[in-house]
Amino acid sequence: MTDLLAARIQMALSLGFHIVFAEIGIAMPLMMVLAEWRWRRTGDGAYLELAQRWAKGTAILFAVGAVSGTVLSFELGLLWPGFMRLAGPLIGVPFSLEGIAFFLEAIFLGIYLYGWDRVGPRGHLSAGVVVAASGATSAVFVVLVNAWMNTPAGFELAADGRLVNIDPIAAMQSPAAFEQVLHMLLAAYAATGLAVAGVHAWMLLRGGSPAFHRRALGIALAVGAPAALLQPLSGDISARAVAVAQPIKLAALEALWKTERGAPLSIGGWPDAAREETRWALEIPYGLSLLAFHDPNAEVTGLESAPREDRPPVAVVHVAFQVMVGLGTAMALVSLWTGWVAWRRRDVTAQRGLLRALVLVAPFGFIATEAGWIVTEVGRQPWVVHGLLRTSDAVTPMPGLIVPMALFTVLYLGLGAIVVTLIASLVRETGARRVAPTTTAAGGATR
Amino acid sequence: MTSLLDSLGLPELIAAILVLGLNAYVLTGGADFGGGVWDLLARGPRRDAQRALIAHSIGPIWEANHVWLILVIVILFTAFPAAFATLGTVLHIPLTLMLVGIVLRGSSFVFRSYGARDVASQRRWGRVFASASIVTPILLGVIVGAIASDAVGEAASRLPALESARGGGTTPDFATIFLTPWLAPFPLAMGALALAMFAFLAAVYLAVAASDDALRDDFRRRGLAAALAMFVAAFGGLALAHWHAPRVSSGLTAGPALALQAATAFAALTAIWGLWTRRWRVARVAAAAQVSLILWGWVVAQYPFVIPPSQTLRAVAAPRITLLLLLYGLLGGAVILIPSLACLFRTFAASPHANEPAPRWRA
Repeated sequence: MTDLLAARIQMALSLGFHIVFAEIGIAMPLMMVLAEWRWRRTGDGAYLELAQRWAKGTAILFAVGAVSGTVLSFELGLLWPGFMRLAGPLIGVPFSLEGIAFFLEAIFLGIYLYGWDRVGPRGHLSAGVVVAASGATSAVFVVLVNAWMNTPAGFELAADGRLVNIDPIAAMQSPAAFEQVLHMLLAAYAATGLAVAGVHAWMLLRGGSPAFHRRALGIALAVGAPAALLQPLSGDISARAVAVAQPIKLAALEALWKTERGAPLSIGGWPDAAREETRWALEIPYGLSLLAFHDPNAEVTGLESAPREDRPPVAVVHVAFQVMVGLGTAMALVSLWTGWVAWRRRDVTAQRGLLRALVLVAPFGFIATEAGWIVTEVGRQPWVVHGLLRTSDAVTPMPGLIVPMALFTVLYLGLGAIVVTLIASLVRETGARRVAPTTTAAGGATR
Repeated sequence: MTSLLDSLGLPELIAAILVLGLNAYVLTGGADFGGGVWDLLARGPRRDAQRALIAHSIGPIWEANHVWLILVIVILFTAFPAAFATLGTVLHIPLTLMLVGIVLRGSSFVFRSYGARDVASQRRWGRVFASASIVTPILLGVIVGAIASDAVGEAASRLPALESARGGGTTPDFATIFLTPWLAPFPLAMGALALAMFAFLAAVYLAVAASDDALRDDFRRRGLAAALAMFVAAFGGLALAHWHAPRVSSGLTAGPALALQAATAFAALTAIWGLWTRRWRVARVAAAAQVSLILWGWVVAQYPFVIPPSQTLRAVAAPRITLLLLLYGLLGGAVILIPSLACLFRTFAASPHANEPAPRWRA
């Protein structure tokens, strides 16, 4: 394995690990605040228990998110010193703003988690609101950095390759900024909301208390379902922007080899880089031109227009893209079903078919996020900054990078396993306690 | 206003904020690491009470304390990107090990507080938490020592040869660039100093936070022992500096640094006197001052270099626009963060139930 590949794997692993906790850190505080707000409004103890259980889960997941985020900020220099030397002055500004937002999140999470009987009701609820808002804000700033890597802006290129006359504010408003931020925030709410809904649906199917889980499902679906419904729309905006700003990335994710008018949409299939064709795909005539430019006869750039060394690994990107779109569509459909049931004023907890569907799509959001992250990161290769800096020129000269890569792989696999075990036992505990007929909803208030 | 900033020196101003952030990290996050050290060394009849006090004191604030480090790193790579790139390259190994320590400490602490129910796994996470709390400060000190001793800067000057040797030719020795700059007597002494400093801070803070006199005395004794360890590590380091880090040695014994040395000595004596005579709050202020002065002593001795002997603040600073935006962002952030931090510490400081095993809702 080359050092470059090891560095890429380590970075991909670190980001892929962190992104799950980051998404949960954005959406979970919102749900926990909504539950507490319902409790304060209605005095219904089940909402209090919900808020406290979700807060406990949030504490574990936030801690792992915080340390894995710390690892990432160091890894920028440990693995990609060339990137930081070039881009640090531009992307550092959004990163510092992110740091401040994250600081705020950590401060008020401490107050929220440990301050139930130390700050007043309003203070406590407001602390939760600050956690939820600053979590989303820090995500915005981080995604602005990634958007800049995809569509760099706010500088002039000097003859020696350095960036001069830089404008960090313009860099934060790079062309991809809006659609990437929108897509990431919706992903966080959709993935987390539907995952939590799936867990509670599963407990209901196993005989959990309908009264308790109805409240949980209500909040989780209110956060997750609208986001999942809007996500295809946001995906369309993103795809059209990619078609203009990064045509080769679009060609890779759609596995389009030849530049053509009225390009078909390939669903599934296997892109064969050697023969420059995509086999076994279901082709929808004019589909890609229609989707990418909203015009059936629009010309779509194919991979052939770029020299081979400037193309991303097509198969990985294409498959990841299909996975993301497929899972996202399933989530949107289940959300639509939920909306229909809610609109008809039927009890969600009595719809066993819907509950089963919710359990099924519970992991989809996180898998789709990972796939989407692969699409945007691998799809940008061989560049770390599109058209400006190659990944191979950014990597550290330190040899033997397979060692830290293996170290972090083991560390993250272990951590991941422990977190899953802990959350599972938290969930089991909730389920078990709720089934017991002697436990009343009000019992949560004294716990 | 901007011309005023330029005459003050924008890079210097940002660097000062960076060191303030590092100072805050040492005083808060550092003490949390020290808490882990005392968790590992909990002894005697009040062993469980000691551990409970540590967990209770760290619980609500450690996440916020940890963020100081992230802020320091972000300021570093925004304002001095070339220095960050050099540090990440030459100190790859100790930085990676430190990260592993940070990950293990943070996650094991929360696993112990929230996850583990049975005593055996609580103890297991406690051990991970405590060991990581020892390894991480040592590495932090090692990294600072390696920078201060010119070794990182000298190794960095050999990097171009390494890069050009990628396509063949003679590669400079792996060890001379990636190992010897930090695996050396002076950086290791600084590692020991950092560990003793953090343990000292934690012991003094815990003595103030303890609610009964017996527990207070436990941490008083620990504080005095850590002060002795600090003394040995500091003077051992200074002796080693004479041979291995002449810049530090001469920098610490000249001009303004000498005044800092005197102030540090005064703070150290006050802290020990405060502990000895059980003037807890005096001891706490003096201990924090002493540790901060040691940090600033290093900074003053090293000025104007970020990475001596070649990378000065001005040479590696980002363009003016970046520094200006960063400054505005940090000032705006301070307006929000300082009252928020005050609120956090006020909420949890000086609580009458400091020795409760856990907040009611977690039981």
